Amino acid sequence: MPDRPEAAEVPEAAPGSEVPATPETVAVPDGGPAPDDVPALETLPDAGPAPASDGLESFDPASSASTPSANAPEHPVPIDEDWRRVSPKYVVVEVVGSLIGMVVFVAAFLVAYFWFEWWWALWAAVAIGVVSLVGIAFEPRRVRSIGYRLRADDLLFRRGIMYQRQVAVPYGRMQLVDVTRGPVARALGLADLKFVTAAAATAVTVPGLPLDDAERLRDELVALAETRRAGL
Amino acid sequence: MTAPVAPVTALADGEWHRLHPASPLLRGGLVFIAVLGFVLANMRERLLDMFIIVFVPDTGDEFGERYDGWQNDWANDPVGAIVTNGQIGWALLAVAVVVVGVIVGFWMSWRMHTFRITRESVEVRSGILFRSHRSARLDRVQGVNINRPVFARLFGTAKLDVSVAGESGNVQLAYLGSALADGLRADILRLASGARAEKSRAAAPAERAMPDAAGAPLAEQAPGVAVGPTPASARVTAVVGRRVDEFLAPELDPSLAAPESVVHLSVARVVGSTLLGGTTIAIVVFVAIIVAGVAAGQEWVIISFIPAVIGLVGYLWSRITKSLRYSIAGTPDGVRIGHGLLSTANQTIPPGRVHAVEATQWILWRPFGWWSVRVNLAGQSASASSDAVQRTIVLPVGRVDDVRRVLALLLPDAQSVLDPVLGAGLTGRGAAGGFSTTPRRAAWLRPFSWRRIGWISSGGVVLFRRGALTRSLAVMPLARVQSVALARGPVRRMLRLASVRVHTLAGPVTVELPVADADEAAGLYERLAADAVVWAGADESHRWGAAREQQAEVVS
Repeated sequence: MPDRPEAAEVPEAAPGSEVPATPETVAVPDGGPAPDDVPALETLPDAGPAPASDGLESFDPASSASTPSANAPEHPVPIDEDWRRVSPKYVVVEVVGSLIGMVVFVAAFLVAYFWFEWWWALWAAVAIGVVSLVGIAFEPRRVRSIGYRLRADDLLFRRGIMYQRQVAVPYGRMQLVDVTRGPVARALGLADLKFVTAAAATAVTVPGLPLDDAERLRDELVALAETRRAGL
Repeated sequence: MTAPVAPVTALADGEWHRLHPASPLLRGGLVFIAVLGFVLANMRERLLDMFIIVFVPDTGDEFGERYDGWQNDWANDPVGAIVTNGQIGWALLAVAVVVVGVIVGFWMSWRMHTFRITRESVEVRSGILFRSHRSARLDRVQGVNINRPVFARLFGTAKLDVSVAGESGNVQLAYLGSALADGLRADILRLASGARAEKSRAAAPAERAMPDAAGAPLAEQAPGVAVGPTPASARVTAVVGRRVDEFLAPELDPSLAAPESVVHLSVARVVGSTLLGGTTIAIVVFVAIIVAGVAAGQEWVIISFIPAVIGLVGYLWSRITKSLRYSIAGTPDGVRIGHGLLSTANQTIPPGRVHAVEATQWILWRPFGWWSVRVNLAGQSASASSDAVQRTIVLPVGRVDDVRRVLALLLPDAQSVLDPVLGAGLTGRGAAGGFSTTPRRAAWLRPFSWRRIGWISSGGVVLFRRGALTRSLAVMPLARVQSVALARGPVRRMLRLASVRVHTLAGPVTVELPVADADEAAGLYERLAADAVVWAGADESHRWGAAREQQAEVVS
């Protein structure tokens, strides 16, 4: 997962930074849930629950007192001060998906053009090709717009450049957390993390997380959901 | 004030019990008898002839000629072949075996179909060869429904449905004695409420000797036993009298709820509101098409549109009959909604199970001041069965006063918040009643309703007001919020607008603020996300009885 300092420099060199990003990605989980070496996280101790996350139990009355909700003093997940982005490699997954869709449609229209000699099919194929390529050109920007953020009591998720959408899911409302992997994502070592609440409209899927991160996050969030659970 | 009662029935004692002995008959036996009757009715002629041939062998040549073809023609005429080959004995034996087999099967399935109600769950075991064991946790109970189809009412029985969250997760007890079902519903909800049973039992030991409870599980099964050696005719009269009483009794037992909390519907309003609904418009349109078509000499129009009209009229009729004898009442166990003329049904929604409420008013209802109220409940799932749809309509049609009372029943904690803003929420526009206002530029997106769009939030509920042609006021308890979304499309961004949507369970109610000033929407989104966590943490309604007792103890 691209951590915050790295994400700041990603924008102009998304494909190039892929290879160096990988070792760093591995390093973040090793550094524990609250990496001390990240300057942006230095405000974390003030957030209360974060210091307790190493031991998963809060023995410090001061930290639990500063927690807004008294029912969950321990917080197994570090609170994010800023948005976290998904792996830049996820661009590849999106591009491959778009390309496959484009090839299928263009081929179908070309077949229609050559076989049945429908002249408009050629123009349709060209139009689809152009639109898809423009879409693909915006793909890195779109992937960069995907972000998530763990707060004390809920998870924020946002995505989209044209149609921006931002969702807040309280931890106690998560009914299950799902890790899914498509073939391309698997080749790149990525996974999608899907959150299911009792409402179908929630539809929050964080795509393109490194597998280790996704699984760790899933376990942490499930544990968190368990402590916060309150009926439906 | 909660008045926890002693167990009304002895069924909720954690032991296994059986269902009403008429249940196999009602669940499938009636179909079996009907099929048998149909077969017999169709074969009557043949069977009569058969008996004549068998028992009066010398009936003359007439039969001999008519039934020459009987010989060994198994494929076309198995009955005839059986008769002429002298295998009547075997045939009768086979029929007897089938009938006995079916009866034993029904009896076995009744024997093996048991249920028990413990402190934690309702469990049902059923099946002869393939056993199934289904249990519903009581703290997840979303409601208890009692259905009484016409046939079941003739037998004095009822079907009890314990609905829990999730697809087809319901636990059904079909069928129970009618009075027992009501008692059991009260018991299940009392246990689910977490109210301490020991306390209530000790509080009312005398009431346990009530005649209703005396019979315990078998009271309804053997009405005669308890009465003793009375003549059979008197017993029959008593049973018939009781059935007639049950049929004529009001759908809602008056002792169950305080009369001032009951909302009734008048027949005229039900009929009138249904006739002013969208279905009627569709019928009028179709009839106009038919008339126009016939006038233009296009007779095919009749064939294609008349079935649709018949279907719509049937739908209207069922809407009206289902809404007849509608009543909504607050009982200690929750909100009880009952309806139906011949087949009656009622459901009880415990406190805290209502996820979202919406009052809507279609434009044709506006002159009459009619509103309808629908809710989102867990346990109905998204299934489009008419039953499930019916269950989400809490108030088919009512005036503002009725809406006020229904909202007070559904969201009792929010009553003090709702009362002052309800009028502004239902019919008002602009800043009336403290609602937020929408900037004028929203008229590009909502030309008619932008003045009405607004929200207000306090005391654990959020209200979204919108709609001009169909006015709508959605109320959502913040403790039930699943997630909150803020969305901005290209047009909205250009106009510096955004929409906020509160996600709730699948149901007829969508809780959404379609347009609002971008900054205000962002603020609302943050506020709702934070409030949802706070109110969900403070929510205790999954064990509402226990929570009430605690409160009472704290107060005293």
